Amino acid sequence: MSTLTYSIPPFVKVSGTLFVLFLGVVTVLAIPRNTEDVQNGPSGTGMAQIFNEAELRAQLAAVDIPPEPWPRSEDYEGLPTAGEVYENVQVLGHLPAEHFDRLMAAITEWVSPEEGCAYCHNLESDNPFAGDDLYTKIVSRRMIQMTMTINSAWDEHVAPSGVTCYTCHAGQAVPANIWFENPLVERPTRMIGDLAQQNQPAVAAAYASLPMDPFTPFLVEDNEIRVYSATALPSGNRTSIKQAEWTYSLMMHMSDSLGVNCTYCHNTQAFESWEQSPPARVTAWHGIRMVRELNNAYLIPLGPEYPAHRLGPLGDAPKANCATCHQGVYQPLWGADVLADYPSLSGPAPGPYGEAETAQATSQ
Amino acid sequence: MAGYQNIFTQIQVRGPAEQGVPIDEGMYRRSKAGGFSHLFGWLGNAQIGPIYLGWYGVASIVCGLVAIEIIGLNMWASVGWDPVQFVRQLFWLALEPPPPSYGLSLPPLGEGGWWLLAGFFLTASILLWWWRTYTRAIALGMGTHVAWAFAAAIWLYLVLGFIRPILMGSWGEAVPFGIFPHLDWTAAFSIRYGNLFYNPFHALSIVFLYGSTLLFAMHGATILAVSRLGGDREIDQIIDRGTASERAGLFWRWTMGFNATMESIHRWAWWFAVLTPLTGGIGILLTGTVVDNWYLWAVKHSFAPVYPQLWPEVVDPALSAGGM
Repeated sequence: MSTLTYSIPPFVKVSGTLFVLFLGVVTVLAIPRNTEDVQNGPSGTGMAQIFNEAELRAQLAAVDIPPEPWPRSEDYEGLPTAGEVYENVQVLGHLPAEHFDRLMAAITEWVSPEEGCAYCHNLESDNPFAGDDLYTKIVSRRMIQMTMTINSAWDEHVAPSGVTCYTCHAGQAVPANIWFENPLVERPTRMIGDLAQQNQPAVAAAYASLPMDPFTPFLVEDNEIRVYSATALPSGNRTSIKQAEWTYSLMMHMSDSLGVNCTYCHNTQAFESWEQSPPARVTAWHGIRMVRELNNAYLIPLGPEYPAHRLGPLGDAPKANCATCHQGVYQPLWGADVLADYPSLSGPAPGPYGEAETAQATSQ
Repeated sequence: MAGYQNIFTQIQVRGPAEQGVPIDEGMYRRSKAGGFSHLFGWLGNAQIGPIYLGWYGVASIVCGLVAIEIIGLNMWASVGWDPVQFVRQLFWLALEPPPPSYGLSLPPLGEGGWWLLAGFFLTASILLWWWRTYTRAIALGMGTHVAWAFAAAIWLYLVLGFIRPILMGSWGEAVPFGIFPHLDWTAAFSIRYGNLFYNPFHALSIVFLYGSTLLFAMHGATILAVSRLGGDREIDQIIDRGTASERAGLFWRWTMGFNATMESIHRWAWWFAVLTPLTGGIGILLTGTVVDNWYLWAVKHSFAPVYPQLWPEVVDPALSAGGM
């Protein structure tokens, strides 16, 4: 053996060593840092949520719920109501005037802290608070009714924390996470280049190449979300793989909006099996139906009220999806009990549309 | 000092270009050997050529180019002929098969017709190239092992894009052409059919795929490890076992009690590689045609355990709410 010797030339040694070092650096950089995985199911089922500590801290720091304007008085027997004191109070006229004032002050902090009352009330008119001359007032009246409907008819999704205007608005006049119908890319001709409404970086689906707009079919229209078969062998389910991609896109949106993995709602060995699903999936099921109802009963019909710059590129009204309230967190505002201080928003919504609406909502 | 070592190719032995054995060249004459490339020599044989293209090779390249043109131009058109967006979104872009509503009928060009055309030309290109691997092997008096291994891969390709869509009655069942789109399609396929990991043929395909890499690593490492003892002449040692063969065999008997032979290791590797797409293709072919939910199928046949209800209070809300 002694005649057989190895000699590795210097350039191989140097470049080889550098390459191995480079791989080492890449490996170290690629290690996920500050991540924490939390088991959310029985051991052996692979149910875990992965969180990033820095992201969680940023999300927690972003929660800045304004304090209540002043304590709610419990002693309002015999005091005049808002309907008696003010003109044109269509929805909240039954509240004691003092509670009404307090709610208006809170809404200003929730929605338009910088613009103040003038965001909805035309302070230059003769009758600034009774008039309906600004579109923002029309919209906010309808949004108050919507909030009451959410809190009273959608317990399965929002109880016990409930929602207020702040849940979506977070101190901004227009909530950060709203959606519009997606204009398709301009194609020179219909002859060529059909993307089949997918195959571009889909913001809605966490930048997958999945369908671009899972909201219209599932959160406005009532299309079938379930794609799987309930039997092992074929029994007439003609759902295509393309349809599965639409469902997949909606699920990516939910995962992204809530900052959770698939396993928050599903046991991924059998996505479809309710027997193996965490209770969060039931909550989410009601959430899908709630958003569908809100879009159809409240948000889309407001379209004609908005000025053009509030509408989407195709002229449609701003609409809600899961991210509108959740904003990247599995419980909006980390489950803060936002409704406790404002029982007047717990509904059901009275007023001109109120009774019919309540009946419709509670039948869900 | 230059010396023999076998992790990097360091020494390139140069002689006159090897023209190969005389063959019946048909109407295309074989080109002359083109020369040597030091760069190629680092990776394999430094000699480039001679290349034999022939009618089938030319036809295959033409069909392949047509297919790539159709796919690429559709992708480019889909971003409004914007070259920057074409490059930026290239991994997301796709040429989609027709919507399922067209079934197996011929759709308009803009709604999947181009997909059918691209599929036709790509398939023609692949089959023509296969015929080349077959006829060139025959012309050299070789066995046709390479052609049949290639055919195994073509089987999986045809199942995904042609045979299964026909059995399902819809071109829309087929795979889109595109980088991310075909991956998303794969995940959606598994979701639609109740988790492909419970498909036993999928499991077999994974075994053969990972087994192929394992065998490749074991064999490559063994031959390199005994090349200083003449193990690089492994084919000679099939029939004339030398010390390299003896030591390599003993090494594996010492470490795992059993060894392949210089010949059988190649048989192992060939079958593992070929069975990967063969079993995978069977698994795809059965999905949707014979089995509609692999998880339920696996539970039914005791291939997967029945798990207890993990959260007893969870019930499908659609049952109580009167439908979806």
